[in-house]
Amino acid sequence: MESETFYGSIAGLAARLDGRKLSAVELAQCLIRRTKAVDPAVRAFNSFDEADALAQARASDERRAAGKPLGPLDGIPIGIKDVIAVEGQPLTASSRMLAGFVSPYDSTAARKLREAGAICWGRLNLDEFAMGSSTENSAFGATRNPWDLERVPGGSSGGSAAALAAGEACAALGSDTGGSIRMPAAFCGVVGLKPTYGLVSRYGLIAFASSLDQIGPFARTVEDAAMVLNAIAGHDPHDSTSFRVEIPDYRSEIRKRSGPWKLGIPKEYFGEGLDPEIGAAVEAAIRFYRERGCEIKEVSLPHTRYGIGAYYIIATAECSSNLARYDGIRYGHRSKDATDALDLYFRSRAEGFGAEVKRRIILGTYVLSSGYHDAYYLRAQKVRTLIRRDFLNAYLEVDALLTPISPVLPFKAGEKAADPLAMYLCDIYTIGVNLAGLPGISLPCGFSKSGLPIGLQLIGQPYKEAELLAIASAYECAHDWHTRHPDMDKSIAAWNAKTQARASR
Amino acid sequence: MSEFEAVIGLEVHVQVKTRSKMFTRAATGYGLPENTLTDPVVLALPGTLPVMNRAAIDAVIKSGLMLGCEIAPVCKWDRKNYFYPDLPKNYQITQYDQPICKGGSVEIELPGPARNVMGEHKHIPLTRIHLEEDVGKLNHFARDSLIDFNRAGTPLMEIVSEPAMHTADEAFAFLTALRTAMIYGAISDCDMEKGQLRCDANISVRPAGEAVLGTKVELKNLNSISFVRDGVAQEIARQLAIVRSGGRIEQETRDFDGQTGASQVLRSKEQAHDYRYFPDPDLMPVKVDDEWKRRIRASCPELPFEKQRRLFDRYHIPYTITSVLVPDPELSDYFEKAAASSGQPQAAGNWVVNDLLRELGQAKLPLGECKVRPEDLADLVKLVASGTILTPAAKEVFSEMFKSGEKPEGIVERKGLKAGTSPDDLERWCREAIAGDPRAAAEFRAGKESAINAFKGPVMRAAKGKANPKTVDETLRRLLAQG
Repeated sequence: MESETFYGSIAGLAARLDGRKLSAVELAQCLIRRTKAVDPAVRAFNSFDEADALAQARASDERRAAGKPLGPLDGIPIGIKDVIAVEGQPLTASSRMLAGFVSPYDSTAARKLREAGAICWGRLNLDEFAMGSSTENSAFGATRNPWDLERVPGGSSGGSAAALAAGEACAALGSDTGGSIRMPAAFCGVVGLKPTYGLVSRYGLIAFASSLDQIGPFARTVEDAAMVLNAIAGHDPHDSTSFRVEIPDYRSEIRKRSGPWKLGIPKEYFGEGLDPEIGAAVEAAIRFYRERGCEIKEVSLPHTRYGIGAYYIIATAECSSNLARYDGIRYGHRSKDATDALDLYFRSRAEGFGAEVKRRIILGTYVLSSGYHDAYYLRAQKVRTLIRRDFLNAYLEVDALLTPISPVLPFKAGEKAADPLAMYLCDIYTIGVNLAGLPGISLPCGFSKSGLPIGLQLIGQPYKEAELLAIASAYECAHDWHTRHPDMDKSIAAWNAKTQARASR
Repeated sequence: MSEFEAVIGLEVHVQVKTRSKMFTRAATGYGLPENTLTDPVVLALPGTLPVMNRAAIDAVIKSGLMLGCEIAPVCKWDRKNYFYPDLPKNYQITQYDQPICKGGSVEIELPGPARNVMGEHKHIPLTRIHLEEDVGKLNHFARDSLIDFNRAGTPLMEIVSEPAMHTADEAFAFLTALRTAMIYGAISDCDMEKGQLRCDANISVRPAGEAVLGTKVELKNLNSISFVRDGVAQEIARQLAIVRSGGRIEQETRDFDGQTGASQVLRSKEQAHDYRYFPDPDLMPVKVDDEWKRRIRASCPELPFEKQRRLFDRYHIPYTITSVLVPDPELSDYFEKAAASSGQPQAAGNWVVNDLLRELGQAKLPLGECKVRPEDLADLVKLVASGTILTPAAKEVFSEMFKSGEKPEGIVERKGLKAGTSPDDLERWCREAIAGDPRAAAEFRAGKESAINAFKGPVMRAAKGKANPKTVDETLRRLLAQG
């Protein structure tokens, strides 16, 4: 069965590669066939360099055949969100601004994946410059949710989540600024981990909001996420904000830790606006942990309601500055009609950026402007400190927090596109983690009656990813949500039928 | 009604001499082919991040310690946002409200009443010193402008004075003194032609005795030390003319053209940028602890005017010599070695500031490539002092030493330049001279001191110029006293 391969876990595939039951080239070819079959409908990839991918797979097989030392991910194809630089590959941030740009250097995360033997696998779609929650804001076309192609995969790392759900990669890297890994992981029924700020180097990650951005893995299982995290975590001299901390073997740490844990349920995360089906699934997860002997405690994160406001001030302020470099001068889109330097900036940026990116640049420029800086930016920073303090206070009583990921189920494409505020509110349960710099994981915890995946969020303490993964794994081991996959043949047939019906109307 | 005074504050940018750039490993340099000193960080490629160069921080701490600044226990990095094609990120990483150094002062020396007389010294207080990154360079052509990013990202220190100067001479003296201090600390070569030292001035005028500052005008591009004097003087004159005719000074930024000596408006107050400063989230604040300061303090050199005072006190040499030595620490060291080795500071000083500098100038050589070691110069000084050779011969020997690096004794020997008079010969020539002019002898004995000079010509002629004038004088006196 091909699906055993393209839906295989890294741990399982690594064992097959080690036992010579499967070659890296065979694995790559299987995934390429799958991608060719499903990606025209899913559109997870912005680009895919088949020759390069196969060359990497061959190199892995040759290492193995020659008895050379192998990395823990040797021969495993890992998709990369198109904001993470891979030398010689396009780096577009799904923006017209960077169409055609090829990175001359490797991000630290990509370099570390290569060192672990992994295959850097294609360029995965996202909301332009990682700004969005639906992967509709891509200059190269929206990605669709493999569970229902009419719906969005979440965002901004929608391509990464969809590729995994559709069997187009074994794992993927995404980036999470306000929920951009966890939310699409929940929408697509896969595992997504946002590590502690500073655990994974940001060098080579196109910056959206530097103080919030963090690279993390998408995987089919918690164990797989641990394996990818092991490869990419660690201090990097190229990133001053990366933390000097001992990196344990997360995979073996998961097995060593069995709880019981004290889990906190922040009451502010279960309020108005939470879809009842999601609420029920999360309640069931809480029951599971309680029955397993965990102490469940209601806690309060009183400043939660200021999170969205603070987040959109800090994130947009930083983005307005981070995106200033895209000016048409040194690389990227350059308007052909410019009359002078100033005009070149205006036209190149007007033509190169999409509406959401422009909206955030304008917001960020405004909040940093003289006369407004203190009222907005400084105050938002104070709120951020309070939000972090809320979490740290909670951790005096509990080991981790348990919450929903998104208040809503995967929504239909176009449904929220005209209402930016409604879209921003999708991040309400995820942005606190970024503001506080904490690790958070999203794992499948059920399905709606309509068959859409639901995600559970566990929020850990700074740099205690081992503990967080262990708590998540305990849930995963007792449930089979993560083993379910969308029926892509059916999805695509339904999609084609609808498209044809629309075309004939 | 010359009852107005000018107030001047300077903002001086000094490129810090480090091997690599402020926030990346790319090398620094000048005069290399365009865009060869770049890397992904310098060019602000997508995804790149800055990493602080500690050597640059060291240099600013050193500057601060040398100038008596308070070194902040914590400083941080901010982004100054503005669009310009020479600025790759379209923001500059700088220090806005928490600079590394606060306070301190620069000791200056004003021009004296004459070239050989030292002028007044004073201390000009500093506001702050902070570190930032330099920008690239635009080269304009008929149709296009091209950008060279070699300079972009070079560590750049900004030294801001208090508005505490009142004349163009003070501004000139400030910049000169600051430049010398930076050279002493090996912080920068401060070559203004290479843009290693750049200066902007804030100038205002107010009624004398008034405490409140007048409306300031910022004068940019004072890119040579003499342009600073000219530009400041011209701007003061312009403002005085306006206020004296009842006009008002507009707050603006003006561009000084050193060639024409005139300035023109660059931008008005209304066109001022809003830089939208905020802390750079890519960089951590820098903590400077006592240990760090102690380590840097150990590397701080003597300050220029401390050296000047010490040279006066220890060697008793005149201002005409110290004023040449002090601005050049290498030359001062050379002098001190020659003075110590010869025991003749005044003579050594004269050789260094006159003969050595002349030869170096003619040969267009830096001191570092000079073949004459200070110890060899000291030997030459001693040969003259002991009367072994005479000054004209010594000049010839020095030229030879400068060309070949040979030791003076060898040259004297080889060329037979020794003041070749045996004491017996000298005494005989002196007796003959006295005998040849009995009238002068009588006059001298009668108390006419200058009469002794009548014998010196004949003695020197007899000695073919190799006699030591001092010895000749002593011998003549001894013989005349004997009667």
